[in-house]
Amino acid sequence: MAITATKGQVGLTGNAAVAYAMKQVNPDVFPAYPITPSTAIVEDFSSYVADGEVTTELITVESEHSAMSACIGASAAGARVMTATSSQGLALMWEMLYIASGMRLPIVLADVNRALSAPINIHCDHSDSMGARDSGWIQLYAETVQEAYDNTFMAVRIAEHAKVRLPAMVCFDGFITSHAIENISLLEDQEIQDFVGAYKAENPMLDTDNPVTYGAMTLPDAYIDFKYQQSQAMMRAKDAAVEVMKDFGKRFGREYGLFDTYRLEDADTAIVILNSAAGTTKVAIDELRKQGKKVGLLRPRLFRPFPWQEMVEALKNVKAVAVLDRADSMNAFGGPLFNEVRSALYDLDQRPKIFGRTYGLGGRDYKVKDAVAVFEELSRVVETGKVETLLKYITL
Amino acid sequence: MATLKELSKQQELLSGGHRLCAGCGIPPIVRLVLRAANGPVVATTSTGCLEVGTTIYPYTAWRIPWIHSAFENAAATISGIESAYRSLKKQGRLPGGDKDVKFVAFGGDGGTYDIGIQALSGALERGHNFLYVCYDNGAYMNTGIQRSSATPMLSNTTTSPAGKVIPGKQQWRKDLTRIVAAHNIPYAAQASPHNWSDLSKKAEKAMQVNGPAFMNVMSPCPLGWYTKSEDSIKWAKLSVDTCYWPLYEIEDGVLKITYKPKEKKPLAEWLKPQGRFKHLFKPENAHLLEEFQKRVDMEWQRLLDLDGKRL
Ligand SMILES: Cc1ncc(C[n+]2csc(CCOP(=O)(O)OP(=O)(O)O)c2C)c(N)n1
Ligand code: SF4
Ligand SMILES: [Mg+2]
Repeated sequence: MAITATKGQVGLTGNAAVAYAMKQVNPDVFPAYPITPSTAIVEDFSSYVADGEVTTELITVESEHSAMSACIGASAAGARVMTATSSQGLALMWEMLYIASGMRLPIVLADVNRALSAPINIHCDHSDSMGARDSGWIQLYAETVQEAYDNTFMAVRIAEHAKVRLPAMVCFDGFITSHAIENISLLEDQEIQDFVGAYKAENPMLDTDNPVTYGAMTLPDAYIDFKYQQSQAMMRAKDAAVEVMKDFGKRFGREYGLFDTYRLEDADTAIVILNSAAGTTKVAIDELRKQGKKVGLLRPRLFRPFPWQEMVEALKNVKAVAVLDRADSMNAFGGPLFNEVRSALYDLDQRPKIFGRTYGLGGRDYKVKDAVAVFEELSRVVETGKVETLLKYITL
Repeated sequence: MATLKELSKQQELLSGGHRLCAGCGIPPIVRLVLRAANGPVVATTSTGCLEVGTTIYPYTAWRIPWIHSAFENAAATISGIESAYRSLKKQGRLPGGDKDVKFVAFGGDGGTYDIGIQALSGALERGHNFLYVCYDNGAYMNTGIQRSSATPMLSNTTTSPAGKVIPGKQQWRKDLTRIVAAHNIPYAAQASPHNWSDLSKKAEKAMQVNGPAFMNVMSPCPLGWYTKSEDSIKWAKLSVDTCYWPLYEIEDGVLKITYKPKEKKPLAEWLKPQGRFKHLFKPENAHLLEEFQKRVDMEWQRLLDLDGKRL
């Protein structure tokens, strides 16, 4: 059920909150296609359209490939565009994700993280958005319903930032966040409108007096130059994200950074982990801290662009780090987060010891005891000065 | 409809200097269709000869807003553009102020009959206000003449080669116009560039209806048909005069043949000059030619039976 005219504190699922955020943004076009666990977003949004609560044109496309294609057409035409998907839906969009970013179209997509087939599974892991990590999209990850709601607005601003103009993905955990009810604090429609501002398209196709060509064929004399510009824009996206998060904090009192840390300042060992599992890890940290163990956490929020310098700064005094991936790169060399963090730490003269663990695929529970076991392994690494097992699956 | 003289004075919306082959059927089709818009028009094109041949960065032959995004999604792309238009129009936010804009998607037969049929069907069913034009040259020409589901039966293509045991493409072509018509859209037609006035009239009607319209247009390809560049229009005409490619329209469900050849020419007259059918003229393949002719006769009769009827 789509919620209406609510403000202040309210208990909402992640999907309801993000759909409501999208309603508050009131995009011009919303191509929609259902898939578990993001379905409720497109259903709620359809209700907002049916009830006249938004001025959005809803396109009930016949596939996610067409959803992203319609996003691209609408965005190039000059519209502010949003959509939502999960798993196979994002996989089906894959071809078009690269075209959206290559054309520098600031589309915003909510990806409710779900495992990829086969075997088919509707539950949470990060294989879907991690599969799109090199597609040129900005990726924001969220631990809670509140953060998913807030990220939706920030994604619009970062994507549309004049120095960026890249599409952005708002990722949060299927079922764990999308279907769990949390008490969150909503912003007023006007506050949102002031924050995101009126959309100003660059070179809109609907400016028929000034015709533009999108998607021209490029040969080796030009292609790499386009990619270079795109890559530079992605580099600028980090500063833009910082700027937007600061402004968000100033306006609404909720402070966000490139990543979230928990009791990391004096930690000897740390877990790096995305999304909802960070909550579980924090519980384990509190328990272990009571026993005098110096343990902490780093939870990336902005995964694309990857804020490696800041992350290195935050982790440089830790003795041993475990990076937990809810996705496997199937490269026999660890998950994507592990690889990025490990690579980022390479330039330190005194590097923390590091290992990678794959956990929770297809919705397998990650419990406090699992986090505790990882911290125990980390302290053994600190004691012996050796990483016995670089990579392994846990929660089996 | 504009006269030929008037047409010649209008600015071409697809400029010369593009890289499509000499004798290619696509440019005259695109020009005639865009002229029929009679006002602002925005277009998209699926991956294929038209896209590659009209835009090699930093050049573009398009004097209108135009986008190429991928191979299978011209109909989905135009759905997005047209929806953006409706959204911004109702909000009073159209760039440059309020206006009426037409939307056209161009796709090759591969991009339309095959890989793009799902997106096309979806866009037709949703009822966007746009015209989809398929230029049917009977194969994936841009990638080197591979068969598509539009390729004429027995054609020699690089993936349906006329070999020692299999004499070219084994299947009859998909009847896309009928499939499109089954979506009950306001307007669908088949046309050919040799008959510019019939094509222009159809394009004008297609642009004027409220809702989706579709045109399937015969598009000669000297490269893939192994024909001479200067003869393209002649072979387009023969495809119609042999009744391989009948000209007809389906307006609000009523089918009307818009051109009936006075004298239906034997199919062989159209096939013989085309290298892709060369193998059919070996004595041992006479029966194939006969089979092909029979099928054309049957399809033409089926169409004659439907002429003037509500489908
Ligand atoms: C998803 C995808 N598959 C395959 C291709 C390769 N490809 C590009 S154009 C083309 C054929 C186009 O054929 P058609 O639509 O008939 O247009 P034509 O080349 O004849 O103009 C193919 C197979 C592609 N670009 N994208
Ligand atoms: S290969 Fe055929 S369709 Fe392609 S540009 Fe040349 S003549 Fe036209
Ligand atoms: Mg073709």
